[in-house]
Amino acid sequence: MGRKDTILYLDGVSVSFDGFKAINNLSLVLAEGEMRAIIGPNGAGKTTMMDIITGKTRPDTGEVFFDGDIDLTRHDEADIAVMGIGRKFQKPTVFESHSVEDNLLLALAGPRRILPAIFHRSSSAEAERVEAILQTIRLTGRRYDPAADLSHGQKQWLEIGMLLAQDPKLLLVDEPVAGMTDAETEETARLLKDIARTHSVIVVEHDMHFVRELDVKVTCLHEGSVLSEGSLDHVAADERVIEVYLGR
Amino acid sequence: MITRRLFAGGIDRRVLTVILLLLAAAVIVPVLHLAVPPSSPFHVPNYIVALTGKYLTYALLALALDLVWGFCGILSLGHGAFFALGGYAMGMYLMRQIGTRGVYGNPDLPDFMVFLNWKELPWYWYGFDQFWFAAIMIVLVPGALAFVFGWFAFRSRVTGVYLSIITQALTYALLLAFFRNDMGFGGNNGLTDFKDILGFNVQAPGTRAALFAASACALAFALAVTAFLTTSKFGKLMIAVRDAESRTRFIGWRPENVKLFAFVASAVMAGIAGALYVPQVGIINPGEFAPANSIEIVVWTAVGGRGTLVGPVIGALMVNGAKSWFTGVLPEFWLFALGGLFIAVTLFLPKGVVGAYDQWRRSRRDRAARKAGRPPAGEEPTPGTNDVQATPSSSVRSGPSSGGAEPQPAE
Repeated sequence: MGRKDTILYLDGVSVSFDGFKAINNLSLVLAEGEMRAIIGPNGAGKTTMMDIITGKTRPDTGEVFFDGDIDLTRHDEADIAVMGIGRKFQKPTVFESHSVEDNLLLALAGPRRILPAIFHRSSSAEAERVEAILQTIRLTGRRYDPAADLSHGQKQWLEIGMLLAQDPKLLLVDEPVAGMTDAETEETARLLKDIARTHSVIVVEHDMHFVRELDVKVTCLHEGSVLSEGSLDHVAADERVIEVYLGR
Repeated sequence: MITRRLFAGGIDRRVLTVILLLLAAAVIVPVLHLAVPPSSPFHVPNYIVALTGKYLTYALLALALDLVWGFCGILSLGHGAFFALGGYAMGMYLMRQIGTRGVYGNPDLPDFMVFLNWKELPWYWYGFDQFWFAAIMIVLVPGALAFVFGWFAFRSRVTGVYLSIITQALTYALLLAFFRNDMGFGGNNGLTDFKDILGFNVQAPGTRAALFAASACALAFALAVTAFLTTSKFGKLMIAVRDAESRTRFIGWRPENVKLFAFVASAVMAGIAGALYVPQVGIINPGEFAPANSIEIVVWTAVGGRGTLVGPVIGALMVNGAKSWFTGVLPEFWLFALGGLFIAVTLFLPKGVVGAYDQWRRSRRDRAARKAGRPPAGEEPTPGTNDVQATPSSSVRSGPSSGGAEPQPAE
């Protein structure tokens, strides 16, 4: 596949911390509008990969392109976020002392400079957008509550809502169902599938049941590079994947 | 609902009350000082005007620190530096106003320069004979220093205790620099023996009253500005940066710019406070740069309640009032008392006096609501019956901000 048609293009990416190769010659291509699930044991480099894509970590070698021709290694986190990559962290991070609504308002796409923020007046278009997101993430009733009062699962959803508010082209979602009940997990899978209809999405997850629910192409990482790629059944049947997960 | 109510009402009601009290004091105190005869029990004596005027500039300084510490999570241990720089700019203007009335009678050179055998006025003293120039410098010098310092510190992502340490180093470096006679700021003795400000005798009761009124108005104005800032979207952003800096970065904001703006605005406020302080105490010397002074500002703010706007004002007035009383009665124990106060506040009133009051109000309201069989506030807005009671404490809750959850340390 040519680089031009991709939303995300990683080629030969390596990064090491104090001699430890966290990412080792990793190549991964995501097509425009695709949803991909990434699995792999602890320390496989899943989070480091997200750090590289979002500009938190610079790769030692390799190419990282977004939307065909934007070289992500030349930009920092804020730039990359504005260009259209949203990220949900493994541990839900929301602004605890702000209300649910304010969390979404701060994430809402728009100018990111200081003066407009000082003289900002909320518009009805903004209110509608927030209303719609609140409905999607099922937090309409908690609109004015501080985010600190939300349950763990609700915080995860709020963070997904903040991602939606940013209106990114690509969403990176790190362990969205960690600590969720079965019902919440199913709900989240439905929500992500919904989002994937209009966005490109990468989901990192350990929960195989959840990955099966998503029903998308799966990439298994191990020791910083791709071990296996394909449908979940294909990957799950791969000898090397079984070996990595069960130990040798 | 709560947030909406706050924004419909504009500025927090409590801040508004303090602003009105300050404006009233700006009128009433000068009148009681000047127009009421000294024999009357309502007469405000000279030393009270001077003392409270000084406290008001301290309150403005504490408010400046609250903007960066309480709302943006930047614990500056060097805010005394901006205060002193504003003070020096004002002091330079006051020195130039002395003219030929100095001990050596030199029309251009201040006494200390004549004493050091300087023949010409250094270039950086030019323009300070004009008040408008000095006024610009009062704002510009602290602002510019804060900008340069913040630009490098925040861009390099220096946060938390490391930032506190370098702010402390900043004020200490300035202390050493201003102690040197070669700097041309009067060295150890600083600038003093002021005669006139804008043509009025600085010692005259009328001038003192006017300086008091100016300090009260400046504080009221600063409260209005900070209340506006902290309730704006920018204010929410400051709190977001305080609580989860990296999250703001990943939704596209630049925390370094948010911090830089707050830091510069705060330094300018501190500079203005210093400029109002100097003519009221009659001297500015390098001692104002002492690291201990900057730490004292932190104590005022912590005692009053950071992130509450009115808290630091109350804290500065309370602690300094206590200091004046204590240093009269048991001078050698004041520092122990101050240290003890800080420890006690940290242990028992982590949110300061104002924060503790808010908490007490809230728990009392929740108890009352439970007794009446209503769900506690926060679960369900209770319109109508509870409205009168709910309003003050609800503005507290969202109160601009710091409201609900406790400020969390930056990661």
